[in-house]
Amino acid sequence: MKLTVQDLNSHYGPAHILFDIGFEVGQGEVVALLGRNGAGKSTTFRSIVGLVAQRSGRIMFEGKDVSVRPTHEIVREGLGYVPEERRIFTDLTVEENLEVGRQPKRPNAPYWTRDKLFTLFPNLGEMKNRPGGRMSGGEQQMLTIARTLMGNPSLVLLDEPSEGLSPKIVEQMVDAIRTMKKEGVSIVVSEQNLHFARLISDRAYIIERGRICFGGTMAELDARPDIRDAHLSL
Amino acid sequence: MAFYVVQLLTGLASAASLFLVASGLSIIFGVTRIVNFAHGAFYMIGAYIAFTLSERFSGAFGFWGSIVAAALAVALIGVIVEMVLLRRIYHAPELFQLLATFGLTLMVEDLVVLIWGPDDLVGRRAPGFKGAIDFFGQNIPSYDLFLIVLGPVVLGILWLLFQRTRWGVLVRAATQDRDMVAALGVNQKWLFTSVFAVGVFLAALGGALQIPRDAVHHAMDLRIIVEVFVVVVIGGLGSIVGAFVAAVLVSELNAFGILIFPKISIILVFLVMAVVLIVRPWGLFGKPEAPARRTPGLTVNPWRPLTSNERLAALATLVIAATLPLFAGNYALTVGSEIAIFVIFAVSLHFLMSVGGLASFGHAAYFGLGAYGVAFLAKMAGLPMIVCLLLGPLLGCMGAAVFGFFAVQLSGVYFAMLTLAFAQIVWSIAFQWVSVTGGDNGILGVWPEKWAASPSHFYWLALGVAALVTIALRAMVFSPFGYALRATRDSLLRSEAIGINAKRIQWTAFVIAGTTAGIGGALFAYLKGSVFPDNLGISLSVDALVMVLLGGVETVSGAVIGAIVYKALNIWLVSQTDLSKLVLGGFIVLIVVVFPKGIVGMLEMLAQRRRKTSPPGSPLLAKPIESAE
Repeated sequence: MKLTVQDLNSHYGPAHILFDIGFEVGQGEVVALLGRNGAGKSTTFRSIVGLVAQRSGRIMFEGKDVSVRPTHEIVREGLGYVPEERRIFTDLTVEENLEVGRQPKRPNAPYWTRDKLFTLFPNLGEMKNRPGGRMSGGEQQMLTIARTLMGNPSLVLLDEPSEGLSPKIVEQMVDAIRTMKKEGVSIVVSEQNLHFARLISDRAYIIERGRICFGGTMAELDARPDIRDAHLSL
Repeated sequence: MAFYVVQLLTGLASAASLFLVASGLSIIFGVTRIVNFAHGAFYMIGAYIAFTLSERFSGAFGFWGSIVAAALAVALIGVIVEMVLLRRIYHAPELFQLLATFGLTLMVEDLVVLIWGPDDLVGRRAPGFKGAIDFFGQNIPSYDLFLIVLGPVVLGILWLLFQRTRWGVLVRAATQDRDMVAALGVNQKWLFTSVFAVGVFLAALGGALQIPRDAVHHAMDLRIIVEVFVVVVIGGLGSIVGAFVAAVLVSELNAFGILIFPKISIILVFLVMAVVLIVRPWGLFGKPEAPARRTPGLTVNPWRPLTSNERLAALATLVIAATLPLFAGNYALTVGSEIAIFVIFAVSLHFLMSVGGLASFGHAAYFGLGAYGVAFLAKMAGLPMIVCLLLGPLLGCMGAAVFGFFAVQLSGVYFAMLTLAFAQIVWSIAFQWVSVTGGDNGILGVWPEKWAASPSHFYWLALGVAALVTIALRAMVFSPFGYALRATRDSLLRSEAIGINAKRIQWTAFVIAGTTAGIGGALFAYLKGSVFPDNLGISLSVDALVMVLLGGVETVSGAVIGAIVYKALNIWLVSQTDLSKLVLGGFIVLIVVVFPKGIVGMLEMLAQRRRKTSPPGSPLLAKPIESAE
């Protein structure tokens, strides 16, 4: 397995947020983490990369236990993280944003250069010197993904990449994620939008109130409309 | 005309060092969010080490080598400080780093006297820049011209460093969002350390470059740090260009202010800063900051009123304190009165800082105004003591009403700096308006009347007022007004969205805190029998901050304990040792590292741990949690 999460529990202060979260991601797989607003998707991702201080459980990445390591070390193992809020450095230009993400080449992961990323996201190539603060939401979403890819991750946690984007940009996002998969990047994508998730994912987990309540292939999920309606209906 | 040109050039030369130190402070604050109070201390050590080295190594190479070597050596000290001390407290509550670096400053002040002696040291002239250049009959030291060129050169180098290197890009990114930088695989620890080293290097270089111009002495740290704070705030925190422009502005104001407005030259700079902050709250070149994300971890244990048992315990403590005159001598009673007065002072700042979330760096202004109010009423109007005590604090109240109105328009560091500026203005008025305030000589002979004259009676008076004030402010914390104030502290936007007039609430809190401080000052005037400008000076404001932080910002009763411990320790140390600052500074640093939640915070935590078995994660080690959404 590429990534195995076991018994993950997280707290914000006295509030218990995640309860025994467990899931797996295979090499080259795209796995969707589905759930409503506030179900715990973002907290799950933040816990995996060590941005939530109060967490317990086991997180195995490429056979190594990374559950107690600091954020930058986890990321340097090749586990990339794309935050939901995008968190573009608004004062920095597109190229400088990419520079922050740059990490050395990794033997077991695809190697991304600026030019390669500008092919993947042509819009970015046209605004290399634009400050991040003066970009549209869709452009920022592309930049935040490109920035993480500059670290040459072998697995990427993508937090709600379709949120707040126009249908046209969402289409581009689907293409980009498919390209990433084709290059060999494993992906965990959190989503509220089942339609978007179905276009890209091999398997899906459903998270509700901090607990995983379903795991299976997309076909298996489609065979259980009861689960889908109980946990995902908008 | 030539005279004015020379004055202009002198100002520009002074701006060079100021810019170096200010840019260092700005860079450090930008990335680490630490307001490095010790920056002036590093500046001073730089000057001292450069002095020693340049005395030993002769020749041009020896001199310039000494300057650079001194800056590098101090940068190394900075690295050690960062790794040993600051790394432990990056996640401590806001302002705690300020306390730690203040402790360091105290230690350094005694250490340099220990190493280099108390006398002023006059350094060598710079080889190659010993002479002066004649300018229409006026002399300009050629070293000044060197400094004038150096400023823009350093600005250029820093600009290249930040725009053209990967390190610079990472620093700029971290200035905006540290966690995201870590989430992209950058080791924050080393980034912070290197930033701190660069900032300290600049400060020390600024100090070392001063030795051909000025004598080196052990008070140069505080003199520069206030000026540097002003520069950084005028220029905009985190902006190097802003630091440069503001350094030039401040230096020229100093150079010309003395010619044009000799009466108000001291406050001219602070006036300009106040105006800049009111017109452009984030400084000339700064960017408006998003409202600070409050860390929900801070309010894990919501405040609660005391239980009946705790009330009884507090009452018992008060009764025991009241029996002090039965067995203590006059000296102990005077000390006791002073501590009680500082409890009032600390509790008033705590109300503003912890309950209102507004950290004032100039709270002594209102304490001192209360003292002056009493002195005016008693000496000029000849009113009886009880009337003076009741009306004197009104001067503090009025001061707080005027300054508070402007101050609450800002928040965070800018609020702190504006309050500092106001306090400095009040201090300057007290210092310079000799005909009314007596200037440096103060107002003497403000003695209590017979009924309160004996040490035991005065002690009871001070203790009684302190108890009343503490109870009143505590009651206010748990009143609807207190809830509203805490709401504005925790989320300004949300509190406004539910119909709270946040500015009005904060202003009211400012006035309440200022008036209370004035009550303390009024008593203080009678205790000492005199009033001096120092009663509203910066060091007294810092004392109050230390007391609150020492007790624990996040606690309700921390200020009381903090004031007692700090004041008692301070008085005792001064009587016991010549190195009181060293010991006190060391104590403060130790407290910060060992008990990052203050004394009372630590006690509460221990009590809680006994009640509950193993809460998730150790609260002592728990890092603050960003946005819980």
